[in-house]
Amino acid sequence: MKDLLAALRKDLLLQWRGRAQVIAIFAFGAAALLLFSFAIGPDSAALREHAAGFLWLGLLLASTLALAESFEREMEEQALEGLLLLPASPRGLYYGKALANWAHLALLGVALVPVMVVLYDAGTLRLFSLVGVILLGTAGLSAPGTLYAAMTSQTRARQTLLPLLLFPLVVPVLLAAVKATSLLILGDPMGQLRPWTTLLAAFGVIHWSIGGLLFGRVVED
Amino acid sequence: MRHSPTGPKVLVALGVALLLAGSWWGLTKAPGEVYMGEVQRIMYVHVPTAWNAMLAMTFAFAAAVMFLFTNEWKWDARMEAAIEVGVLLAFLLCCQGAIWAKPTWGVWWDWDPRLTTTAVLLFAFAGILALRRFVDDPVKRGTWSAVATVIAYADVPIVYYSVRWWNSLHQMQSSPATVSSAFHLPLRLNAFGVLFLMTGFIMLRARIASLRLAEEIAPPPADALGELA
Repeated sequence: MKDLLAALRKDLLLQWRGRAQVIAIFAFGAAALLLFSFAIGPDSAALREHAAGFLWLGLLLASTLALAESFEREMEEQALEGLLLLPASPRGLYYGKALANWAHLALLGVALVPVMVVLYDAGTLRLFSLVGVILLGTAGLSAPGTLYAAMTSQTRARQTLLPLLLFPLVVPVLLAAVKATSLLILGDPMGQLRPWTTLLAAFGVIHWSIGGLLFGRVVED
Repeated sequence: MRHSPTGPKVLVALGVALLLAGSWWGLTKAPGEVYMGEVQRIMYVHVPTAWNAMLAMTFAFAAAVMFLFTNEWKWDARMEAAIEVGVLLAFLLCCQGAIWAKPTWGVWWDWDPRLTTTAVLLFAFAGILALRRFVDDPVKRGTWSAVATVIAYADVPIVYYSVRWWNSLHQMQSSPATVSSAFHLPLRLNAFGVLFLMTGFIMLRARIASLRLAEEIAPPPADALGELA
């Protein structure tokens, strides 16, 4: 637990000190949202209908940058090896980093909401529910994302491999998060929000557990 | 020249023979289906491919778990072989499904749970093969692809149920009870045909993988290579 908090503190501090990077990743996500509207055309009804999908696609694309960046730093000067030499458990390192990534992605998701509202006229008054969906969805992205970033950051084709491995895996997250967000924006007459958030939570629980179990094997030498 | 085992070759030959017999029977002897007509005959390869694709992926998962627990290289080779054969079968499955779906449903693709899960699985396992290509250290390559295989396999039920909630159109799964007995013989012949072919391929491919690995981790001396195979 102490390892976890120390790792979390270290990663959050690094993100704070590299906030130019965080802002650049947000700009990338916002630019993606802008581009999606060109793919649909200036049809405000269609844009509003697809807003949730665009938000999550933008977030997913931006998340690969954020996740890769979180391990890119560890590769410089063999920082990861140094960390592993410390008398700290790899599990603590993993959860610290995954939590820091979660915070980063959730912040990114919340920051992209106003962009979505402005570009697609797709707002909701159920802000707490929306933040909840973003928290659950980004939790599902950050747990497997952190694990895969740990692997791919050490390979030759890291920019290609992380999305290639991560995207098929997080199909349920994308699906459920888009559905849930869509229900919040377009209305939920049938009360369908609950099953989708439950699915997100289940995905999160499964992958946060598997990630902690397997991370030790991923970074061992 | 190293001795090459005859077992897998016999399996491959047997598989081809069974596939030829089953397909011939299915195309000429078995009656056409009442509602779908001649298109339905693709079932004789489609269903066996589906069963065996799942079997290959399951074997890959089992091999990955075994490798993570035992660290024995033979499981790494078997995992690589099973993933590759599984990806091939899943790809064929998607193609056959599209060929069947166009005249039956009127579309090449449909977002049905099994179809979508197969496609997701295809991409997930193809990604693992790509990962193996880009890692030079055999230990890391084996461990990472085993970890990725375990995660991808564990993800399958979640993908399946999420897509099922999202959309569903695929016909109910067939079981011997829902399939007329006239269709049984060609279906069984082909199922065993693909099974033998798949097993033979996995054995041959695993042998290639372990020979490559032997060369990678212990180049000299020449006669040590034969023992690992």
